[in-house]
Amino acid sequence: MIEITEHLDMLEAESIEILREVAFAASKPVMMYSIGKDSSVMLRLAQKAFYPGPIPFPLLHIDTGWKFPEMIAFRDQMQREIGFDLITYTNPRGAAEGINPISHGSAVHTDVMKTEALRQALDAHGFDHVIGGARRDEEKSRAKERIFSFRAPGHRWDPKAQRPELWTQYNTRIKPGESIRVFPISNWTEADIWAYIAREQIPIVPLYYAAPRPVVERSGQLIMVADERLPLLRDEVPVMRYVRFRTLGCYPLTAAVESDATTLDQIIHEVLGATQSERQGRIIDHDGAGSMERKKQEGYF
Amino acid sequence: MQTLRFITCGSVDDGKSTLIGRLLYETKKVFEDQLTALAAESRVHGTQGERLDFALLVDGLAAEREQGITIDVAYRYFATEKRRFIVADTPGHEQYTRNMATAASTADVAILLIDARKGVLVQTRRHSRIARLLGVRHIVLAVNKMDLVDWSEARFKDIEADYARFAEPLGIQSITAIPIAAIDGTNIVERGHAEALWYKGPSLIEWLETIPVGDDQLAKPFAMPVQWVNRPNPDFRGFSGRLASGSVSIGDAVRVAPSGVGSHVRRIINGMADTNKAVAGQSVTLVLDDEIDVSRGDVFVGETQTITPADQFEANLVWMSDKPLQAGRAYIIQLHRISAGVTVSRIKYRVAINTEEHLAAETLALNEIGVVNLSLDRLVPYAAYDENRMLGGFILVDRITNETLAAGTIRHALKRTDNLHWQALDITKKARAALKHQKAFCLWLTGLSGSGKSTIANLVEKNLHAEGRHTYILDGDNIRQGLNRDLGFKESDRVENIRRVAEVAKLMVDAGLIVIVSFISPYREERDMARRLFEEGEFVEVFVDTPLDLCEQRDVKGLYAKARKGDLKNFTGIDSPYEPPHAPDIHIKTESMTAINSAEYIVEQLLPKA
Repeated sequence: MIEITEHLDMLEAESIEILREVAFAASKPVMMYSIGKDSSVMLRLAQKAFYPGPIPFPLLHIDTGWKFPEMIAFRDQMQREIGFDLITYTNPRGAAEGINPISHGSAVHTDVMKTEALRQALDAHGFDHVIGGARRDEEKSRAKERIFSFRAPGHRWDPKAQRPELWTQYNTRIKPGESIRVFPISNWTEADIWAYIAREQIPIVPLYYAAPRPVVERSGQLIMVADERLPLLRDEVPVMRYVRFRTLGCYPLTAAVESDATTLDQIIHEVLGATQSERQGRIIDHDGAGSMERKKQEGYF
Repeated sequence: MQTLRFITCGSVDDGKSTLIGRLLYETKKVFEDQLTALAAESRVHGTQGERLDFALLVDGLAAEREQGITIDVAYRYFATEKRRFIVADTPGHEQYTRNMATAASTADVAILLIDARKGVLVQTRRHSRIARLLGVRHIVLAVNKMDLVDWSEARFKDIEADYARFAEPLGIQSITAIPIAAIDGTNIVERGHAEALWYKGPSLIEWLETIPVGDDQLAKPFAMPVQWVNRPNPDFRGFSGRLASGSVSIGDAVRVAPSGVGSHVRRIINGMADTNKAVAGQSVTLVLDDEIDVSRGDVFVGETQTITPADQFEANLVWMSDKPLQAGRAYIIQLHRISAGVTVSRIKYRVAINTEEHLAAETLALNEIGVVNLSLDRLVPYAAYDENRMLGGFILVDRITNETLAAGTIRHALKRTDNLHWQALDITKKARAALKHQKAFCLWLTGLSGSGKSTIANLVEKNLHAEGRHTYILDGDNIRQGLNRDLGFKESDRVENIRRVAEVAKLMVDAGLIVIVSFISPYREERDMARRLFEEGEFVEVFVDTPLDLCEQRDVKGLYAKARKGDLKNFTGIDSPYEPPHAPDIHIKTESMTAINSAEYIVEQLLPKA
C-alpha cells in the first residue's frame, strides 16, 4: 500500500493546497519572484497546482538594480521557458535619487528599494493576496507568522493580533485596502528546499554552485565583486576563491561562503552539516535584534 | 522518514520555550551565529543569570522578549535519526488561548509542561481540554523543574496521579509522565541523571521517536472535498482537492455529495504527471468520465458510501473573540471548502474548566468552551470531527469585520434534517401575489423608540390600502405582546426578536402580501440577516431618522423618562446602542418632514414596484 509519509510529498501537498486556496479567494493575486532557490521551488509548486492550466496569477520581481547579473539572466530564461506573466518593478524615486547599498548603507537601500518599492508595486496594481516564499525556519519572527497573514491598510502587520489559523481553514476575507500575505512554503526547511530541488531537478541560478569567483573579505564576510560598481577599499585586491551562495539577495548585501560543492548532492551534504544559519550571509538581518520583525511590520516580506 | 507534529503547552513559566530551545540545541538545530546572538541577548533579556536563556531562541517577537512571555505560536523544525518533528510552541497566558488552539489543530501529540513546584493548574486543565477537543490523542506530561524539588519521586507521583484523576474522563488515548529539567537537559535526550535514577521510563526524545504518528486516514473510505474546479480550456475539466481520507484509483466509481450523482475516475493528475492512484493527504486533480455538475465544497466519495448531508449540527466550540457569542446572530461558517451562513440556534452548555461541570449559558465569552447547536443555511456534506479532522473542523467568521470568532468541531448531525423535508408547493409566491394584482415585498422601518415608525407605518398602510394593495403591519409592541412575549430586552433576546419577526415577514411575503415591519431593530447585523431572507429587491429598508434628543422630548410613551431614571434597563439610545443603517433604501428625516408627507413619499417610491 502506498502511503504519503514521504516528508517532501506532505510538504508539496500542503503548499499546493495553499496556492489553490489563494487562486480561489483572491480577486487580484500575485506571486513574489525573487529568483532565488525558494522562488524556484514556489514556481514549480504553482505550475503543479494548476496544471494543465497556466499559473493563474502574475509573478512580481522587485528589482533593486543590485541583483547579480546571473540572476536577471536566469529570470528571463525561466520566463521564456515556462511562459508566466512577469511584472518587474523598481522604485522610481529610489532610482532617481541613486539610492544604493554602497553609499547609503544596507538599511536605507533595503528600506527604499525593497520595502518601499514593494508597497508601491502592490498599491499600483491593487494586489489583494501576495504570495511570498518566506519560511518559518529562516528567522525567529518568521517562525511566528501565519500562512495567510493579514495586513491592515498600509500593509501593516500586527504580530500581536494575528487571526487564529486552524487546520487548513484559512480565513481569506478582507475589506478594501486590506491585504493578505500568503506563505505556501512556511513549513519547509532549507534542507527540504534543496532535497526538493534535487528530486524535481528544478533549475536554479548558477551562483548556488561553487565556482572560482572574485571576492574581497570585509568584516569576516566574503563579498563578491560582481561588477565594477563595487568600490574597492584601499589595499583591497579581489582574489579568486571557490565560493557559492546559500541565499541570493542584492550583491553587496549577500555574502558568499567558501565551498567546493559543485553538485546538488554536495550542496545538500553541506547544508546538513552547516554550523551557520543561512541568513548569516544576509547583512540586513544584523541591523539589530528584532530588525526583521520591524521590517515585516513595515511591509517587508 | 515519518514526521511527527506536536505542541508544547501548559501554564505561563512552566518552561515551554526553554524546553524547545533545549530540544533544538540538543538536536544540533542551533547554528553558531544564532548561539552568538543568543549569548548576547541572554545578557540583555535573559532570565537565567549567566546561563544561556534558551527561551529567547523561540520567542521571536520583540514584545515577547521584552516581557519574557510567549504571545503567539512559534513553529520549529528538527530531526533525529528516527524522525522529523514540527513543533509548535504555544502561549501559556489565558488571553492567548486561541493561539494555543491554532497550534493544537494540526498536532498529533502534546507535551504538557507542569512546574513540579506548582503541580496541575487551571491552564494545564484548559490546555488539556482544548488539545483533546482538537484531536490530540497522546499527551506526555513533562513534569519540569524537577531540580527545584530535589528530584522528589513522591512529588512526581503526586502530580502524575492528580493529573490522571482530572484527565481520565477526557478520553485521551495515552498519558505518559516524564520528570525533566529543561534548564540542564535532564531526561530530555539522555537519561540516567544521578538524582533521577528512580525514573525508569523513556526520555522525552525517546517518547517522541516512538509514539504512533497520524490518525490513519488512509485506512478509512475515500473522501475528497473539491477545492478548485480546474478548467483552463473547453477540452479540460478537472476537480482539484486534497484527499481527506482513503485512496482513489483510475476506473473507480465515485459519487459526489450532496447531489449524489455518480461517475468514474478517468484520470488522476498529481503535479504535472498522471498517476494511477491517489492517497489521503495528497493534493491531486481528478478527471471524470461524465460531465457532471461539481463545484467547490462538494465532496467526492466512493460509490458504495453514503455521505448524508445535514444543516443542523451539535458541535464543540472554542470562542476566540472579545465580542461574545450571540445565539441567533448570523455568522459565516467555514467547513472544509464550504462557506455558508450559520446561526447558533442553542447554547447547550458551557464547560467549567476546573470542575468539568456543564453550566447553563446564554453566551460564550473569550476563551470559553461550550457545546452548541448550529443551524446552517443549506445542506452540507461533513464528517464527525473524531472521524475526520478535515471534514469536521470549522471556524466561525464575523460577517462584517471578517474576524475569526471561534473554532469548532462537529460532534454529530441533529436528526431534525432527516425527518423534516422541505415540502415543495405548486402555487408559488409569484402566483399568489399575481392574484392580488401586486408584487409582494417587505417594507422594514427601523429607528429609535418614538421616532415615528408606527405612525408612518400606519399612514403608509392606509395609502397602499386605498390603492387596492393587500397589506399587513407587524408592529414591535404588538408582536412582543404575543408571539415574542417570552423575550426580554437583552442583546440575545433582541436578536431572537428580530429573527422571528423576519421569518414571519418572509412567510407573509411568500403569501403574496406587502408587509410593513415597524421595529426598532437596533443592530445592523440583524437587519442584514433579515434582508438575506428575501430575494433581491423584496426588502426595502426605511430609516426613520429622528435625533435622540427629539425622541426624548416627544417621549409619547414616557419610556425615556423611565430609562433615564434607571427604571427601564437596556433601552435603545440610552444604555443600549442603536446602529443606524449605512445606506438605507429610503431615508426619512422627520425633523424636516411631517408624518403625512413621509408616508406619501414612501408610497411614491414604492408604487412603481408594487
